Amino acid sequence: MEKFTTLTGVAAPMPLVNIDTDMIIPKQFLKTIQRSGLGKNLFDEMRYDDQGREIPDFVLNQPAYRNAKILIAGDNFGCGSSREHAPWALADFGIRAIISTSFADIFYNNCFKNGMLPIVLPQDQVDVLMEDARKGENARIAIDLESQTVTSADGHEFHFDIHPFTKHCLLNGLDDIGLTLEKVSTIDAFEKQASQARPWV
Amino acid sequence: MPKTLYDKIWDAHLVHEDADGTALLYIDRHLVHEVTSPQAFEGLRMAGRKVRAPEKTIAVPDHNVPTTPDREHGIENEESRIQVEALDSNAREFGVHYYPVNDVRQGIVHIVGPEQGWTLPGMTVVCGDSHTATHGAFGALAHGIGTSEVEHVLATQTLIQKKSKNMKVEITGSLPPGVTAKDITLSVIGATGTAGGTGHVIEYCGQAIEELSMEGRMTVCNMAIEGGARAGLIAPDEKTFAYVKGRPHAPKGAQWEAALEWWKTLKSDEGAHWDKVVTLKAEDIAPVVTWGTSPEDVLPITDVVPDPESFSGGKVEAARRALDYMGLKAGTRLKDIEIDTVFIGSCTNGRIEDLRAAAEILKGRKIAVKRAMIVPGSGLVRAQAEEEGLAQIFIDAGFEWRLAGCSMCLAMNPDQLAPGERCAATSNRNFEGRQGRGGRTHLMSPAMAAAAAVTGRLTDIREMMAETA
Ligand code: SF4
Repeated sequence: MEKFTTLTGVAAPMPLVNIDTDMIIPKQFLKTIQRSGLGKNLFDEMRYDDQGREIPDFVLNQPAYRNAKILIAGDNFGCGSSREHAPWALADFGIRAIISTSFADIFYNNCFKNGMLPIVLPQDQVDVLMEDARKGENARIAIDLESQTVTSADGHEFHFDIHPFTKHCLLNGLDDIGLTLEKVSTIDAFEKQASQARPWV
Repeated sequence: MPKTLYDKIWDAHLVHEDADGTALLYIDRHLVHEVTSPQAFEGLRMAGRKVRAPEKTIAVPDHNVPTTPDREHGIENEESRIQVEALDSNAREFGVHYYPVNDVRQGIVHIVGPEQGWTLPGMTVVCGDSHTATHGAFGALAHGIGTSEVEHVLATQTLIQKKSKNMKVEITGSLPPGVTAKDITLSVIGATGTAGGTGHVIEYCGQAIEELSMEGRMTVCNMAIEGGARAGLIAPDEKTFAYVKGRPHAPKGAQWEAALEWWKTLKSDEGAHWDKVVTLKAEDIAPVVTWGTSPEDVLPITDVVPDPESFSGGKVEAARRALDYMGLKAGTRLKDIEIDTVFIGSCTNGRIEDLRAAAEILKGRKIAVKRAMIVPGSGLVRAQAEEEGLAQIFIDAGFEWRLAGCSMCLAMNPDQLAPGERCAATSNRNFEGRQGRGGRTHLMSPAMAAAAAVTGRLTDIREMMAETA
């Protein structure tokens, strides 16, 4: 997994609440058997018209945001399905961090498995960053995972929380499966005991 | 210390816990479908790993499969076919239980699991699918996971988890006539919002929940995810045990007795701690429909389309956008909204009881919409509906009688709405484009969807019941 340490870049503003996974990557793109290549279809139905032409108004089609690395989003971002295609599509487009007041649970977890950082901040701080994001290329937002801070374009520093284990994995690009397999004897022991306690499982 | 049901299942599956609360949880059942698993199997292959517990892993294709009777001749859409073929070969290569497309037991993964007795009380159940919450109806801790986690479970039979908070949703009293499990679950989301359960596992309880059949309980838990919760749970009782008994993979003989003894302890203790409690009175719940593009956009059928300005914060803009997308004006009576298509099916409402409820309304009536389809949740549900004579009622009314699959719930197969088409649907999501680009979805119960098919508009089922009586 790719490491996440620091990230500085343009942030795209998406103030809409309840942006769901069907919006992030519509189902017709879930038929792939690969992880890569989904960036061009990120937000497909908001981004392109029926003929497949770009809708100029849509934020990621605007010149300032074509290389956005961060999204500032409304409440409850990523609600809906468990499709990991949502973070894959965001990452493939180049978005490595998303900042909102809240995230849907499965989406939030899926981000970390892909070296991406979802950040929860209180409303007033998200508002400040949303204003920054609206300034396009004139405002860069900086994220530092080690110190758990987001710095707005004019130097306001906001602290965010992250689970220590998740942070450790992200900073070092650690693969969960490898880590868990180090505990294989513990799993073996549990399985043995459980098969006696609940043999019908 | 008194424990909740969630606490008890959690404790029984805890393999390891770090000082910082990161836990490794053992997984009893891993359900797999074709859309979220190919990358996970590929990951295993690349790392030279095996499936740790193939006997606890169950695969079935459902999202992509055509539901037309000609599907035995193969899947026309190339990408869909490749995805289903990938599941086929992965299931065989890794030796997991498998129900291929043309097996009569094939169906939507969340319907097949309980039907075959794979889902049992007190288990941990995961699937790369958010509606895994359905299995919580058995008192199993069941939730959706992403593809990286699917790979993790395949390789280790465990999942890295942090414990959620405990939330209790109590529905007191009895449901009035015409009001169903679907109305309960939608009304709860209407009351708490789509983020109301975030960070929590919900236990549904109260008289109205106890009075529901297992099918109804599955409908309630299915939509826990739409309320933002990690999982929904209902404590197992005699109804649960009766449903499970005799199913192909349920325990038998002495094992059944041992299991039963443990299952009977699976309830929240008196005095257990709840981080959040929501109580609704069953008598206050009406038949509901959704008007917008989020499952929280729900109102009693007797109401009108709301004014976006009546909301606050970011919801004002979201409601404006929703009305625009749905082609609706504030103040329109919900009962005056005309529909083109009716879809009855999905893991929310594709079980036999749902079909019976629809048939009761459709008996001797004809549809007044362009298109109406019934897609049973599994091949066995389909067979049973045919045996009970329900299929003939649907066909006589003008419905298409389909084979099992997810179908127009998410329209990954050819069953899709055209842009602007309006659908009364028994599924669980009314997101923009969910049932086809530009398609407009109103969520409701099977009886309400059947009533809408007959009148051609959103309809209060209670009025139709009065007519029938
Ligand atoms: S029926 Fe719909 S919600 Fe259920 S698993 Fe299939 S696509 Fe998902």
